[in-house]
Amino acid sequence: MKSFLRGLATLALMLLSLLAWIMLPGWLLGALFVVLLLWMAFTRGGRQAAAVTWIGVSTLAQRLGASSVIVVGIAGVVGVLVALLAMGDGLQKTLRSTGDTETVIVLRGGATAELSSGLSREDATLIAQMPGILRDAEGKPIVSPELVVVANLPKKSTGTDANVEVRGIGPQAWALRPNVKIVEGSAFTPGLREMVVGRGARAQFEGLEPGATINLNNQQWSVVGVFESGDAHESELLGDVDTVSSAYRRGGYQSATVRLTAPEALDTFKAALAADPRLKVDAKTTLDYYTAQSEQLTKTIRIVGIAIAAIMAIGAMFGALNTMYAAVATRAREIATLRAIGFRSPPVLVSVMLETMLLALLGGLLGAGIAWAIFDNYTVSTLGANFSQVVFRFNVSPALLWTGVKWALAIGFIGGLLPALRAARLPVTTALRES
Amino acid sequence: MKYLHLIWAALFRRKTRTVLTLLSVLAAFLLFGLLDGVRVAFNAGGEAAGVDRMIVSSRFSIIQGLPQSLIPRIQATPGVKNLTWANWFGGYYTDPKNQGFNIAIGPNFFDVYSDYVVAPEHRQAFESTRTGALVGRTLANRFGWKVGDKVPVTGAIYPNKATGDTSWTFDVVGLYEARDPKQRGIEQQLLFRWDYFDEANAYDAHEVGWITIQVSDPNQSSEIARAVDAISANSDHETKTQTEQAFNLSFAKQLGDIGLIVSAIMGAVFFTLLLLTGNTMAQAVRERIPELATLKTIGFSDRTVLGLVFGEAVLLIVLGGVLGLGIAAALMPIVSAASGGAVQLPAVGATTWAIGLAVMVLIGVLVGALPALRAMRLKIVDALAGR
Repeated sequence: MKSFLRGLATLALMLLSLLAWIMLPGWLLGALFVVLLLWMAFTRGGRQAAAVTWIGVSTLAQRLGASSVIVVGIAGVVGVLVALLAMGDGLQKTLRSTGDTETVIVLRGGATAELSSGLSREDATLIAQMPGILRDAEGKPIVSPELVVVANLPKKSTGTDANVEVRGIGPQAWALRPNVKIVEGSAFTPGLREMVVGRGARAQFEGLEPGATINLNNQQWSVVGVFESGDAHESELLGDVDTVSSAYRRGGYQSATVRLTAPEALDTFKAALAADPRLKVDAKTTLDYYTAQSEQLTKTIRIVGIAIAAIMAIGAMFGALNTMYAAVATRAREIATLRAIGFRSPPVLVSVMLETMLLALLGGLLGAGIAWAIFDNYTVSTLGANFSQVVFRFNVSPALLWTGVKWALAIGFIGGLLPALRAARLPVTTALRES
Repeated sequence: MKYLHLIWAALFRRKTRTVLTLLSVLAAFLLFGLLDGVRVAFNAGGEAAGVDRMIVSSRFSIIQGLPQSLIPRIQATPGVKNLTWANWFGGYYTDPKNQGFNIAIGPNFFDVYSDYVVAPEHRQAFESTRTGALVGRTLANRFGWKVGDKVPVTGAIYPNKATGDTSWTFDVVGLYEARDPKQRGIEQQLLFRWDYFDEANAYDAHEVGWITIQVSDPNQSSEIARAVDAISANSDHETKTQTEQAFNLSFAKQLGDIGLIVSAIMGAVFFTLLLLTGNTMAQAVRERIPELATLKTIGFSDRTVLGLVFGEAVLLIVLGGVLGLGIAAALMPIVSAASGGAVQLPAVGATTWAIGLAVMVLIGVLVGALPALRAMRLKIVDALAGR
């Protein structure tokens, strides 16, 4: 009964500290760490703990194989966790940065993506006359009616056809998206079958070098330049909207994107759209539009990543438990001797915990470091909302590295607690007698 | 085999250590079972595809349709036994979160796609109701639809002439099931009539999204594909004909290289496992040196001792691994059920078990090798003296 209650208490302690570890903000954890350091420097028990920890750490080299199980096990968990989360974050960052609160995309009412939307030429003209739209130096509203079509091009990595997004843009699109910059060659000439290709699209698809000719809907188009924008548009091919529209025999557009005079003008603009009975459209800031596109996939990647890492963490935790139980068993005599000459249990407990956490920290740093070295800015692509490839880069941010280290320390904590308790409760006389 | 009890006893000599190691192995193979299931699910489209079916679609783009006028000409191509066509419709039910796989299907659809099981009376009702829809059982359960219900669908692309916007209503006239429970994925669709779709949508394009042909001899596939594509060569609507398998796999490929991600993760997991179990085995043999020496003294040959240690390592991994894969197998249907049919994980298949078992034995042999050699080379005198 007593041992059962003790087990229950240990479990509760474990869960509580895990919860605290997840919930507490970084500064509070830092403060706790400082308190621990002060305790170790200025109290008798603390100095004992420091001394015992030092003995444990300095003999680590003799238990290299066993200790590396903790380090490598935790490095694996953290590496996989950081890499998968970096994938989700990278996708989210790419799509989010594509939108802002000053530009608004207008789609047909009920449409969730450009590909499923449709606007007539009359709609586009009406939208351009709405209040709240910024005007350029010549007094023309900054509006780009756009058409998105999907073309088949061979992908470099697989050699098979994949979908690439071709966007026809209006003449005002350059003022609408000032971050789109031509970095090689020149911009397309409206009226000619010319394209500029995004840097991401060029990296993923074959035959998108400047000067090359590509076949879109059985017509020859020439690639005249490469652009950079740092967002999801880099996965696209841009051409003149009317030329693209005639090549695909489309009568109208799919979306119109406008630049507002200020983010606050959104309500005026939306109200004007709603008040016009000729229009059945929805307007969203591009930030909302692109965030919604990444939401589902980012969420899925995050859940899957955490689930995988959690299963791995359980495995690594058992590995750590095993190693630390073995370490306590080999050092049983030494610990009993310390206890016999006056060292108390808490310092022994703390020292075993600290040793495990130190190994866990090493593993966490190793795993996070490997993930950062291999995967930061690693470029991949997936199917986006417009049924075409969205190129994005893994984003290993400092926040993610910290998450990884936090996981490592949590695994170390749980893996060390039970062996530490055993070490602290070691009956001195029996331990001394046993060989 | 006759030494099994000896190996078993050696394995559980230190219960805590063995149990903890077993749990680590279990976690690794649980993950393997789940991830390999996901990989299989992604490639399922390729494996489940009918061998005698080919898909004719636009060569230029997924969003381009094909003119209806192509159908009789393709039908007349030698080697084409039967054909049907369809148009992707998409859309959602009441909330944009409930995205649906709604497809407008041509006649003969269920003759060509024998994977769908429809009761004869439901099929008859479908053929006599212009606005009728057949709904997969999983989808119907998810939304609580019954035969006789009117289902409102907000279409993704096509405006409805009658309503002026993209809202459509279909009459559920029947349900269908997947012939093979592994293909439950197809039970997520709502199928309705292409002739109604063509007449009622405001685009008046008379186009079909893709044509599925059933060939009389799958060995002739490439010749038939060439003949079909020749019909539309140099027109505005050039086609690309490929086997259903190739067509389905091209989608999985575009989503991302799931196979690569899975292998990378499992590589990290198994490497860690190798180190962890290797360490356990090394410890186990180190502790038991006097015992092993005793075994040799009473007449066990070097070979037998080698075999004993190998057996112990392999048994440790296989025991944990089979438990892990077993849990994965039990977990998959639970996840599928708990998601209300939104997520369909396949059961752990024979291939997964085979790969899993091969990996278990391989890891067992690898981690057993050094300790086993050490045990074999033990000199009785030294070992007993503790040198």
